[in-house]
Amino acid sequence: MTQSVWSKIGTVVGAALILIWCLLPVAWIISLSFKSQEAVINGSPGFLPKSGGGAGFSNYKDVLTDGDFLLAIRNSIVVSLGATLLSVVIATLAAYAIARLEFRGKRFVLTTALVIAMFPVVSLVGPLFDMWRTVGLYDTWWGLMIPYISFTLPLAIWTLSAFFREIPWEMEQAAQVDGATSWQAFRKVIVPLAAPGVFTAAILTFFFAWNDFVFGISLTSTENARPIPAALSFFVGQDPFNRPASLLSAAAVVATVPVVVLVLFFQRKIVAGLTAGAVKG
Amino acid sequence: MSHAAAIAPRDSDRARAESSLGRRLVTPAIVLMLLVTAFPMLRALYLSLFDYSLTAPDDKEFVGLTNYWTALSDSLFWRDTANTVGIMIVTVAFELVIGFAFAMVMHRIIFARGAIRTSILIPYGIITVVSGFAWQFAFSNTRGFVNGWLPFVSDDFDWFSQYPSSMIAIMASEIWKTTPFMSLLLLAGLAQVSDDMIEAAKVDGASWWQRLWRVILPNMRSAIMVAVLFRALDAYRIFDNIFVMTAGANNTESISFLTYKQVIEQFQLGIGSALSVLLFLSVLVVAFVIVKLFRVNLADARQEA
Repeated sequence: MTQSVWSKIGTVVGAALILIWCLLPVAWIISLSFKSQEAVINGSPGFLPKSGGGAGFSNYKDVLTDGDFLLAIRNSIVVSLGATLLSVVIATLAAYAIARLEFRGKRFVLTTALVIAMFPVVSLVGPLFDMWRTVGLYDTWWGLMIPYISFTLPLAIWTLSAFFREIPWEMEQAAQVDGATSWQAFRKVIVPLAAPGVFTAAILTFFFAWNDFVFGISLTSTENARPIPAALSFFVGQDPFNRPASLLSAAAVVATVPVVVLVLFFQRKIVAGLTAGAVKG
Repeated sequence: MSHAAAIAPRDSDRARAESSLGRRLVTPAIVLMLLVTAFPMLRALYLSLFDYSLTAPDDKEFVGLTNYWTALSDSLFWRDTANTVGIMIVTVAFELVIGFAFAMVMHRIIFARGAIRTSILIPYGIITVVSGFAWQFAFSNTRGFVNGWLPFVSDDFDWFSQYPSSMIAIMASEIWKTTPFMSLLLLAGLAQVSDDMIEAAKVDGASWWQRLWRVILPNMRSAIMVAVLFRALDAYRIFDNIFVMTAGANNTESISFLTYKQVIEQFQLGIGSALSVLLFLSVLVVAFVIVKLFRVNLADARQEA
């Protein structure tokens, strides 16, 4: 009896700690984005804006009228959505083969995916920088999309093949018995059943592309292709200890909005996808 | 006999058709994955044998293994490797313990399940650069709140003025952002431990601690090992947080940061490529050590059904 009371108290306290852990830094950056730039420069320690140190929405106004930052938002959206779309299409084909077909080389695909998932991306920055400049992909959307697609394929393939394994075999076979080819069985029977899995893979891929920093700073040099994380780090000069904190925070909040929206709407799918990719179901 | 012979070719035709469809379906994925990794890695291997700087591209000169010797005999390389390994061990240890505690809470909680899982995904989804900024500002002595909240730290203590405290700040940001991921992986592993088994142990008089160590943890071993492998190799690549929070000041460089600096900031493609190759090899070594040390089942990590 006492044990179960203690365990309930422990769970409640634990839940509170999780919420504080996850939301405190977010609350902090939101609070910072409402501090005035003068107050921040003059030194304004403390969590909440002090009286007189608030800025209302002026930081947000400045950020959303900053041409370079708007271009970075555009770049991030185009590159992330483009990479997501292509990665998911390619991964769907591969995952179907892995989950449903017997073929030589399956292990090779899975091993490649594992190696890519662990690859130290920075070690590619040099050669890619060199290659992209030679072939004209440096500082372009495609120059970012191609590495994003490659590096999100393992997670997308795992998530999707885990979903595909859950789909009942018999339906595909029934379709084939009714005269459908392997391809028709795939397109007409499996795709609709797999749509939720595809969607999950798409969200995880989008997160990766939206988050990426290494490729973003290495393979771009101007507003033509520079995505949000790189733009944030270039916001002001090279001195990492003296940045316009409140302005940057406003930009960071803007950049975080899509993530929060996706999480709020698709929490279940994201959790399912992350864990389907890691634990055999 | 003749009957079997008549069937066999049809079967193998079908198997061959399936095999060929399978290979065709995975080809685009394989080509893209290799195009962006294997091919550039081979190029790095080639470039690493030259004294090659983009600031003087015409002076490209074959130097054999000199670049590797230069890197390996430089204490900077070893210092940064030590930093990276240190960050990897400390962050993964914290993430494992905190992540497991979070997973236990999420596993047992009945109310507000959705709200908890939604909020735990926010650090996971947030841009690492944003997390780095948030924590850098939080630790700042002129505009942060950490000094005011910690009782044993003076209000004007500058976290970024020296090595140990800078590392703490970097690791705080890293741990904050990645613990939720760890906890979700562990939660999935926890869900696979059968309640009957835990109940049986309880009936047999096992204490909470015994149930944890003798029943729960051994039964989710493979989930833990895969999570550790993935997170450790991810931590080994640490770059964003260091770039944003200290830019390598006070000896806080990681091996990724060193490589980036040589290639992109100083255009030293020769030595930079040698560092890229060494970084790749060191990841292989770290992966090998983890797989051997913790006896990770690679079939699990590969997601084989």
